[in-house]
Amino acid sequence: MKTFHKILFTAVAFAIVVTFGFISTASAEYPDKPVRYIIPFGPGGESDITARFQEPFFKEKFGQNLVIEYKPGGGGAVGWAQLNTMKGDGYVIMGTNLPHIIIKPLQKDVGFTTDDITNVYMFHYTPDAICVIDASPFKTVQDLIDFAKKNPGKVIFSGSGKGTANHLAQVNFDGMAGIKTTYVAFKGTGASVTALLGKQVTAEWGYTTVPAKYDGIRMLAVAMEKRHPVFPDVPTFRELGFDLVSGAYRGIAVPKSTPEDIRKKLAGMIDEINHDPAFIKKMEDNGFAMLNAPYGAKVDAFMAKQKKIISQAAKNAGIIK
Amino acid sequence: MHVFSFILAAMTPYHFSIALGGVVAGTVIGALPGLTATMAIAVLVPLTFSMSPTSALILMGAIYTGAIYGGAYSAILLKTPGTPSAIATTLDGYPMAKRGDGDLAVTLACISSVVGGLVGAAFLLALAPPLAKVALAFGPVEYFWLAIFGLTLISALSEGNLLKGLIGGCIGMLLTTIGVAEVSADIRFTFGSKTLIGGIEPVSALIGLYCIPVLIDLVATPARHLKVTSGNRGFRLREALSLSWRHKFNVLRSSVIGTIVGILPGAGGSIAGLVAYSEARRTSKHTDKFGTGEPEGVQASESANNATVGGGLIPTLVLGIPGTPPDAVILGALLVQGVRTGPNLFMGGESSIIYVFIAGLFLATLLMLPTGLMVGRYAYRFIITVPKAVLVPTVAFMTIIGTYAIRNNMSDVVIMIVLGAIGWILDRCGFKPSPIVLGLILSRIAEQGFVQGWTIGNARGSVFAEFFARPISAGIICFICVSLFYPIIARRWKLNKELQNDDK
Repeated sequence: MKTFHKILFTAVAFAIVVTFGFISTASAEYPDKPVRYIIPFGPGGESDITARFQEPFFKEKFGQNLVIEYKPGGGGAVGWAQLNTMKGDGYVIMGTNLPHIIIKPLQKDVGFTTDDITNVYMFHYTPDAICVIDASPFKTVQDLIDFAKKNPGKVIFSGSGKGTANHLAQVNFDGMAGIKTTYVAFKGTGASVTALLGKQVTAEWGYTTVPAKYDGIRMLAVAMEKRHPVFPDVPTFRELGFDLVSGAYRGIAVPKSTPEDIRKKLAGMIDEINHDPAFIKKMEDNGFAMLNAPYGAKVDAFMAKQKKIISQAAKNAGIIK
Repeated sequence: MHVFSFILAAMTPYHFSIALGGVVAGTVIGALPGLTATMAIAVLVPLTFSMSPTSALILMGAIYTGAIYGGAYSAILLKTPGTPSAIATTLDGYPMAKRGDGDLAVTLACISSVVGGLVGAAFLLALAPPLAKVALAFGPVEYFWLAIFGLTLISALSEGNLLKGLIGGCIGMLLTTIGVAEVSADIRFTFGSKTLIGGIEPVSALIGLYCIPVLIDLVATPARHLKVTSGNRGFRLREALSLSWRHKFNVLRSSVIGTIVGILPGAGGSIAGLVAYSEARRTSKHTDKFGTGEPEGVQASESANNATVGGGLIPTLVLGIPGTPPDAVILGALLVQGVRTGPNLFMGGESSIIYVFIAGLFLATLLMLPTGLMVGRYAYRFIITVPKAVLVPTVAFMTIIGTYAIRNNMSDVVIMIVLGAIGWILDRCGFKPSPIVLGLILSRIAEQGFVQGWTIGNARGSVFAEFFARPISAGIICFICVSLFYPIIARRWKLNKELQNDDK
């Protein structure tokens, strides 16, 4: 009998979700219907997974479902180019990723500019990190630098894609340490880790999420301001004398037509989730690093700073002119 | 005793009902072109939050299995693979349906899928940790050669005219270059068009190239869509079973091929089906009948693609590396549930979760036999009895919805229709869709592998050694040579023999 109830409950819950998706009632208190959360990438990627982490907290706190949809294509460009054509009633939000939204429009006309995107919150990042397999002879960053100085170009890094946070970190670090290494772009972090575990490469420019998720991998250093709470033994690059704090930053944006009060309210809601101890623990256990840049002066200052850093790094990497 | 405990844990009425529901839902979703297993699972992820990790896994596994099988219906009855995994099923499935054996083909596909699914799940159960190493043995260069090997299969798919097949393959490869480049992330060949920025999605190309020409022909010719034979022949289960028994080695070999291809993170069900198909064709006694409605072709493709389900889960659960795209979504759902993947899953600690899940996967695969036969029968009845005036608009509507659903993007629908029109013209000129789609899917893998292999080779000092001196690469190159030259050598042998006979 209990099982039957469970099935019934699931079925009813599903029916409600579906019905509410189509019926838009007159707005009472925002949000009074499910919010569409569009991820401009395919399912199963890191942007999807972090949205999935937020989903249950949103439901619990605000009583509405966060309905995750995917609009992949053009490395995110297809989704972002359509953002401002969507309805600005607060029921459409879209994930945004740095460095993508800064680099893509600088490379070519992709249908949007960085300033077209109204970011309402930047909530976390996956800090860059040098990852090696447990058996690697490199115990410290210095070991790797010493080897690279003797063997220019022979240290082969895998990383997730070209023009991504990993790639910029590699270019920046090579410059800071005065070494020359080879960077091989793979399609996403999963493929890049596979190459590391399969010993196709010497090391990986990955993220702090990598050792949190995969066995047999350790980090030499992380590009954070302070050490990551889950990896207290891994030094930051700053401690080692390299001013490198970078990673893949994530946040959400709304269509430009979204009214000011809803933008603020939404930012407040995300802020609440971002400060929930259970949420923070879940994110950090999975290797993420929290960030709180809500709508207004804070997110503007954050974007202005990143625009400068990222466009300079992209120039150094030869990705943009 | 331990073995029974997890089987019992999987056999609760609740698990039984979600496995049943999952398989049926998956089969229907998979049958609709454009709605893929990945999307089906992604839509269901929020529902699984309220479930225990085991139940969530069983539900996702059941949908996945069902969807991969469901792709066979439209492949057989409409010549349109419902999922990319069913590409090879169209080659002999549709000709079978055309001559009135559609019911037999569907039943055969069902049995083969069940066997393939069971073999894949058995490997997952027994050998997952050691087999996961295969996923790591393949580097960029190996994927490059694997893709080239896949391209040689064009010779098997080009239905007579090899040159036209190769040209078709090149068209497919050229189409892939549109949009964001695989490795360098440059945006190329979009000619300033916003529609083309997203590139050409293989599934929308698949729907356009296969389905639109069928629809145009349906409207253009007065004949019935499929030949209808009178009388009720039921499922033709006995006939299908005896065929399966006769070709048991084909089914088993294809299942093993499917499992191994499934383990490789860079290759999915479409490649598994094609490789198994070409192997079946090569080793069969009547190679020349392939492509004209040979049951062995359907068996090979369908058993291989369902074996990728269990195979793909091997690296997913052992290494946290998704073997196939749907596995990436399953992995994400597991992370949210708080289950950490790794070899430990198979050794104790959380072991019960994984073994109950595998038992659930077996259950779902077995349930696919009765449900698959039932759903298949309705699908077949619908397609043969419904008048053309209803069939054509229904299918046309489905193709548009399905194409839009892939990436929630209208551009894909436009591209699909344009490619469909081009595909129809090309079809008239003798360029079949299969080589084009093969080029489209494989050249992505080839380009990635080539650029990465080249960069690594340069850093190591020798590009040549990187591409030719690695043992697995060398092995695949041998396969390529066999695949390329075997038909020529075989023909020469045959000719020689005939000449000798004439001499006598």
